[in-house]
Amino acid sequence: MSAPVVEAKGLTKRYGPTIAVNGLDLQIEAGEVFGLLGPNGSGKTTTILMLLGLTEPSSGTVRVFGHDPLRDPLSVKREVGYMPDAVGFYDQLTARENLRYIAKLSGIAENEREARIEQALQRVRLAKVADRRVKTFSRGMRQRLGLAELVAKGSRLAILDEPTSGLDPQSTQELLHLISSFAKEGMTVILSSHLLSMVQSVCDRVALFREGKAGLVGTVPDIAGTVLGGICIIDLEAEGVDPEKVVAAIKGIRRVTRRKNGSVQIDADGDLRSEISRAIVAAGGSLKSLSMSQSSLDDVYVRYFETDQNREMVNAA
Amino acid sequence: MRRKGSALSGMSTIAWKEAADHFSSARFHFVMLLVLLTAFGSVYGAIGEIKNTIGQDPFLFLRLLTTAKQPVPSFVAFLGFLLPLVSIALAFDSINGEYSRRTMSRILAQPIYRDALLFGKFLGGMIVLALCLLTLWLLMTGLGILTLGLPPSGPEIARGLAFLVACLAYAGVWLALALLFSTIFRQAATSALAALALWLIFAIFWGMIVHALTVALAPIDPTNPMTLVSAVEMQSALARISPNTLFSETAQALLSPQTRALGLVFMEQMEGAIPGAPLPFSQSALLIWPQLSGMVAAMLLIFTGAYVTFQRQEVRA
Ligand SMILES: Nc1ncnc2c1ncn2[C@@H]1O[C@H](COP(=O)(O)OP(=O)(O)OP(=O)(O)O)[C@@H](O)[C@H]1O
Ligand SMILES: [Mg+2]
Repeated sequence: MSAPVVEAKGLTKRYGPTIAVNGLDLQIEAGEVFGLLGPNGSGKTTTILMLLGLTEPSSGTVRVFGHDPLRDPLSVKREVGYMPDAVGFYDQLTARENLRYIAKLSGIAENEREARIEQALQRVRLAKVADRRVKTFSRGMRQRLGLAELVAKGSRLAILDEPTSGLDPQSTQELLHLISSFAKEGMTVILSSHLLSMVQSVCDRVALFREGKAGLVGTVPDIAGTVLGGICIIDLEAEGVDPEKVVAAIKGIRRVTRRKNGSVQIDADGDLRSEISRAIVAAGGSLKSLSMSQSSLDDVYVRYFETDQNREMVNAA
Repeated sequence: MRRKGSALSGMSTIAWKEAADHFSSARFHFVMLLVLLTAFGSVYGAIGEIKNTIGQDPFLFLRLLTTAKQPVPSFVAFLGFLLPLVSIALAFDSINGEYSRRTMSRILAQPIYRDALLFGKFLGGMIVLALCLLTLWLLMTGLGILTLGLPPSGPEIARGLAFLVACLAYAGVWLALALLFSTIFRQAATSALAALALWLIFAIFWGMIVHALTVALAPIDPTNPMTLVSAVEMQSALARISPNTLFSETAQALLSPQTRALGLVFMEQMEGAIPGAPLPFSQSALLIWPQLSGMVAAMLLIFTGAYVTFQRQEVRA
């Protein structure tokens, strides 16, 4: 395998007494779509700024394509495209003029500039409104213009901070579709987000941020396995018996929780539905429903940070 | 730490974009209109005055700029008052405007250094100022030829051009100052107010402040004439802190060729001098050299302040 696109070791950023990013180790390979996930203030944006050299780390090292963003920022910025959250443009200029300015700054040769801009605008379906002022653009159009910038620049690594914040579900889908098509063409993508389901649908690997630390890094199923204690979540509704007691005896059950509506959620190592139904029937109960859901990142997220809050509450008490 | 790559790549792109933005901005049109109206008003007044009083004068053209017809001040006085306003209008939101439009991090994610952005912004403002001053100068010359019916002489052109340079240096000081305020204050309104406050202080109140300070610092003893000398020297030293003073002294020496000295002159220094006889241009240039270099030095110093502030800022927008 070739050298990693991004390599961070012990990356730390302090703002006075607060530690925004705390000893982060990260390795992102070429062609990956990598998600940074975490609640507000967990240090995602700060991490991104350090990758770009826009903020100086307090300690630790970063390499992007093997370059140090502080010592050799131009080499890094030539390869990397950045879309900040709530991306802004020059409102009085047209979409095309905005892209032209950026293209000039990024040093694209004059003879291919216009062609690349046109191509990028078509790619994100803004070619029709290319000569309208950005002032008149909707949020979704602005986000797509941000992506067009990355395409025109020919970035090998795209860093997107909350690319879908403030978008409706349809625009979100469209944007995600674009992002994954970039990835298919070999662009490495790092994105941070709050929309967990969307991260799940596009990301190869994710890092869960908690208080400035990437607590967990891995593929979605891996993380789910670690956090949830089982990859399968089984919903059970039964009458006539206490399902918690009955099920607890079965081997391979990790955790049983009763939900508010009376059903029971079972975290299991595998698909144990037949064992469960047999046990319920054997205990004299009747089965009302039994279904299995693949764990989603939402579950992972909620569980991961829920335990966190629980611990805090215990500490506070 | 050594940085790689040129600090100035992208600078000309930014400078020309800034200049183009200024030329198309309503704000700039407004202040230029103000300048043009006052310029025509004062020169028109001067023409009437000159025709009434003087028949023969080798520097008729220069008189056009320095003659005041009560109650309208002379063109030079107007310029000293209004040029800072033009500079402030150009630069008071140049850095914080990028933050509030949320374009700053996108620009700095391109392969350029921050130096290029700041230099480019300053240079863009200077280009606009230079073009405007040149236009104004040509307009005034044209007006002079039309109304006086004779072309300016060689020395007059030389003095006029030197005056143009002095105007540019003076406007540059205020441009740098507005740029500094736009890096210090995140709100454009705050930086505009700070710059305007300073402008009012130097344009209107500085004389009073200097007077009060001189009385306090160098009291005059009626029995000792040397205290009078030191008081006058103190007064002119304090007055020269203001760029407006430097500018008006420069203008006086350049446009009134009979000016032999700026400040206190002793009788013995005037020995052999023919009162009212004009100085050659080279002598006048020598006379204003300290004033001109003072303005340039102030401009560089203030710009350096802006540079240091900007380099250390975190870019999170
Ligand atoms: N300039 C600053 N001074 C002090 N603290 C800061 C500064 N910038 C950020 N922080 C702190 O650093 C922490 C991480 O912030 P960061 O913006 O990286 O979070 P984030 O994960 O991007 O959050 P969000 O999801 O809200 O964007 C926060 O606790 C924040 O308060
Ligand atoms: Mg953020």
